Order: sequence, then C-alpha cells, then structure tokens
Amino acid sequence: MHLPISDKIELNILHQNSHQAEKNKVKFNNYNLLCLNIMSSPGAGKTRLLEITLEDLSKKFHSAVLEGDMTTNLDAARLEKLNIPVVPITTGRACHLDANMVSGGLKLLEKKINPDSLDILLVENVGNLVCPAEFEIGEHFKVALLSITEGEDKPLKYPIMFREADLILITKVDLLPHLNFDINELKSNIASTNPKADVIEISSITKSGFDLWQDWISKKILKFKNI
Amino acid sequence: MTKCLILSMEEWAEKKNKKKIVVEKIHLKIGEFTCVEPISLINTFNAAVLGSWLESSKINIETIPFEGKCSKCNRLYFPKKENGYKSPCCNFNLEEIISGRELKIASIDFKEK
Repeated sequence: MHLPISDKIELNILHQNSHQAEKNKVKFNNYNLLCLNIMSSPGAGKTRLLEITLEDLSKKFHSAVLEGDMTTNLDAARLEKLNIPVVPITTGRACHLDANMVSGGLKLLEKKINPDSLDILLVENVGNLVCPAEFEIGEHFKVALLSITEGEDKPLKYPIMFREADLILITKVDLLPHLNFDINELKSNIASTNPKADVIEISSITKSGFDLWQDWISKKILKFKNI
Repeated sequence: MTKCLILSMEEWAEKKNKKKIVVEKIHLKIGEFTCVEPISLINTFNAAVLGSWLESSKINIETIPFEGKCSKCNRLYFPKKENGYKSPCCNFNLEEIISGRELKIASIDFKEK
C-alpha cells in the first residue's frame, strides 16, 4: 500500500442527475415543448388540478402528462380519460422523480406521439415536500401546491420546496369558511421563504382561481414559443 | 441522495482504475439549507455499501452554514425558521442565499493497492 492521496474534486453529488436534467431540457427545447414540474405533499390535489386544468387547456394547447407515482397507475388512469397522452412512471421505492425517470418517460411518450405536436408537458411528481425539491428533471418551471388543510407553517417547515417553486398554488380554498386557518399568515410565510414566487389561491370545487392559473400557463407557453 | 453519492463515487473510481484503489474517506460539504440530514446520509451510505468496494470507506461531513444577505442593508445573517428566515436587521424577507445549498463531494482520500 502507498501513502494516502487526497483528490480534491469539489463535485456536486447530484451532478449526474443535473447532467441528465440538462439533456432533458435540451430535448424539450428542441421539441418547443414547455415542461412544468408539479409538486406537493400527497393529497394536496395535484391530479384533480390537472383533470380540471386539462379540460380547458386542451382546447387551446396540445398537452401531455408524465404521471409519477410510487405504486399504482390510478392517477394516470384518471387523466387518460381526458384523451390526452399520459405516460405513467412508477418509481417503486423512490419518493421522487429524477431526471433519468423523466427521460425514460419522454421516450415512452415519443412512442405514443410526436412531441413536436405538443405545446406543454405537465409532469406530476410523487407526493412529497422534501426530495422532489432537490432533483431537477429538466423542467422550465416548478409549481408547488399547498392545501390549506396542511397548515400555515408548511413553507417554514419545508422551505426548500417553496423556495424552489416559481408558482405556488394554495389549494382547497373553498374550505376556508370551515377551518381555523389564517391565509394571510400562510402568504406571509411563503413570502418570507420565497418573495419572488407567484401565488394563486385555487379551488377545484368552486373553480375559483382557475382563470388565473390557466392565464399563468398560457402566458408561459406563449412566451416560451415566442408567440 | 445516497444513490447519487455512490454513483458519483463509481464514476470517479472508473477514471482511477477502481480495482487498484481503496477509498479511505469521502469528505462532503453539505449545506444546512438542503434536504439532507447528515447523520442519515452517513447511516444509509454505510448500509448501502456493505459488501461493495466502498465498504471500508468512511464519510466525513462538513456542514456549511445557511447564510443570507439582507436585501435592504446588505448585511449577512443566519436565517432562522423561528423568524420566518427574515433578516434580523431590517426584518426583510429572504431574497439572496449566500451559502447553505451545497451538496458536494469536496475531496476523496484513497490509497493505491
């Protein structure tokens, strides 16, 4: 044995994922396809949000979904009823999607449809407020959902998720009259964690806020496509 | 995260000729404002590398403090959850992060067989 050698590499632990995420983004850009990474805790309403969103969005834009879930294809089956291309990605024991999984999902999508014909790809991540925040998938924007039943303190408890998000959707606001919940405190906690994020209050029951959300998406697509 | 660390080590070792080296210590820099709990990373790494070429490797973690910069007065400060991450000087929201997002392999101590 020789004397120990110290190799100073200063390498990002996530560099392989970041490298694949960059490759995914190049592909999305070549397809002129805007990609949103939709994240939240389990049960915040991601799938229901997509169901309602896609009903209207599909009238204006060609859309597809990569549907991440640890087990089952239940959410993918719900979205397939909307007659849009949906690719389920079952992560097994992994609590988040990574760039490789999304690359695999994109390859399966390419077998279903030419992505050149699409305007937007919505990626529903696995329900989790921790790991998805650290793993880039090649998305152009990150959207985080937070339902009011989760409590006002979540942006402080899970700051990285809310720091990383470009848009935060406060969901289930139809429940506000029935809960002891201070929405201004929640907004203040969001602002202190991420003052630059856009914030929209939304309800999948009353459909309030969906006009703002759809408008946000439309503007992002049109800007991305330079229209 | 442990899987990413091991994959990074595999990639590094392939360039060094993996069969001819023994990794003694992996020095990591982990920021306080990340989703990584250092002790959990050490425990999962130790479990994951059992029986592999990295079994005898130890992890050393340097924690990098979470530091922000007040966008009003430019003072550096350590954001605290209890204070909503706001600057104690001007009570401003956290805009600029100076450090704390690091997830790095700083260096690797190894021996040639």
